[in-house]
Amino acid sequence: MMSDIVHRRSPVLNIIIWGLVLVWIVAAGFPFLWTLWGSFKVQGDFFSKADWTNAVYGVRTQIETGGAFTGKGYYGAWVTKEFWLAALNTSIVVVSVVIISLTLGTLGGYALARSGKKYAFYLLMLALVFRAMPHITLVSGYLLPFFEWNLWGHLPTAIIVMVAINQPFTLWMLHSFFLNIPKDLDESAMVDGCTRFQAFRHVIVPVMWPGVVTTGLFSFLLAYNDFTVTATLLSQANQTMVPKIASFLGTTQTEGNVMFAVAAVVSATAPLFVLILFFQRQIVSGLTAGAVKG
Amino acid sequence: MKNRTFFWFILPSLITMLLFIALPIVSVAVQSVHIEHEAVMVEVENCGPFGCKQELQVDVEETAKLKEERPLGQFNGLGTYTNRNHLAFTEIGLAWQSSTGFVDFMPKALNLPFYRALAFTLTYTFVVTPLVIIFGFMIALGVNTLPKRIKGPTIFISLLPMIVTPLIGSLILFWMIDANGILGATLQRIFDDPNLSLKASPTLTWIMLMVYGVWHSAPFAFIVFYAGLQTVPADTMEAAMIDGASRWERTRYVVLPHLMPLTVFISLIQLMDNFRVFEPIVSFSAQASATSLSWIIYNDLVGNESQFFGSAGATSVLTIIGVSILLIPVLIRTWRDFNQKLV
Repeated sequence: MMSDIVHRRSPVLNIIIWGLVLVWIVAAGFPFLWTLWGSFKVQGDFFSKADWTNAVYGVRTQIETGGAFTGKGYYGAWVTKEFWLAALNTSIVVVSVVIISLTLGTLGGYALARSGKKYAFYLLMLALVFRAMPHITLVSGYLLPFFEWNLWGHLPTAIIVMVAINQPFTLWMLHSFFLNIPKDLDESAMVDGCTRFQAFRHVIVPVMWPGVVTTGLFSFLLAYNDFTVTATLLSQANQTMVPKIASFLGTTQTEGNVMFAVAAVVSATAPLFVLILFFQRQIVSGLTAGAVKG
Repeated sequence: MKNRTFFWFILPSLITMLLFIALPIVSVAVQSVHIEHEAVMVEVENCGPFGCKQELQVDVEETAKLKEERPLGQFNGLGTYTNRNHLAFTEIGLAWQSSTGFVDFMPKALNLPFYRALAFTLTYTFVVTPLVIIFGFMIALGVNTLPKRIKGPTIFISLLPMIVTPLIGSLILFWMIDANGILGATLQRIFDDPNLSLKASPTLTWIMLMVYGVWHSAPFAFIVFYAGLQTVPADTMEAAMIDGASRWERTRYVVLPHLMPLTVFISLIQLMDNFRVFEPIVSFSAQASATSLSWIIYNDLVGNESQFFGSAGATSVLTIIGVSILLIPVLIRTWRDFNQKLV
């Protein structure tokens, strides 16, 4: 029946649809392609007022460096400006946030899915309210106590804060995944004499991985993409990639140094690119999980 | 599940949420009714070539000591809420009295920092959210008709604007619309105006920020709607066709009602996320033309040499109240659904 519909579409409608999709793909993809290409040029080419094709062929780049491509921006960002340190900090933060969030989230999400009591519903509503809180309002509550107790500036502080901010979302998502695992599974294990925790450990844990992987991806994205928490709670030495890029902007507006920021931006986007490449299916299913199941 | 077991399972998660979400909200409220200490003044005798004078000077040591003893500052009641940088009751009252009408009053009110930020935040939220839903729906309809082979790559590219870090995504666009960037320079050539700058005009900056917002969030609506389209009941569709419904009528009376719950879900998420708009303003350095509530809190915390915790706290409390007002309809609805399920 679907092919029937396809055949009966009028040519005008077809053109409109193809045009729309094409415009969208260009709008979504071209900026990234352009910046990736431009990051190997000098500033005079990437920001070329005279002729945008300069950036394509690298006219100024050839004059200034002798080749059509240059890695100067990358060298400047990673070595001169120590972007590698920020990348290292980001990996520490992101891995810790994902592991801790998922550990707490699976336990909590499982309990919420199996409880069936009214207070479980209230907790989910509370989590929804927490999810809506703008992160910066929470940060303005942390800063003063953290300064007072000397907790400010360290990676573990940012990690635990991000775990907490991440919890409402993680709970909702894992809760809806656990609802899809049949109750009989763990209940029959308990009839056989398992305690609730043993049933969880031996029966549920082996089958929960698809949901955990999907939720983990979103925890990863939240921690990786965060600017509010990392920019306000970390000291200069512990900065992660995103605040580091933001600090490039303030300080380096002189010739050549904007390209450091461009190179850093491309470097920070690359892992996300790979992530979508491998986990596209999980990301799509994760985005829709909350919606379709209510 | 037994109450005891439930308690132990949920405990770690609950502790982090209470410590780092609920408690900060309390802390913000407490901060908002305090204000920084005034500098301690001492009278010193200042002797120069023309004789001695009594002068007032800041006692740095005493001030630091006072700050250390009571870091919260001094109690200020609701003073911070009503001052010029927040609700500005006095200024609003004066502006209202001196205005001939609403049209005259609005620009005066929008000069005040809090109302300026509120105006942009609300405009952004209520312009971007519907546009995201409309564009997302159109893209989903379009992609749904594509041949299977190119659907995968299309979805891959579509995900990029959403997955990429907001600060980075907005920077990438910002560089393109720079006066020397590819889009900015091209626009100058099209309009034949070498001084055309998207950054200089407040209106264009607002539009730019909203374009970024739609670009960033449309993929989310697209993916959710696309998944919804896969589950449109084939029977109903066929029945509508047999009854002679046109393509438009099928979309209007079968597809749209089927996607309605998804639209509610997307609006809820988008309202929450757009209300906290923040990163694009930093990336676009747009603070001269557009500020948001989140941005003014951030500015109080890191934009100056010393931090204004009282001011940031007051804006935060007002923001939280705003979020709650946005959420109330959703909460009431969910509540009703839940109670109906119980009956």
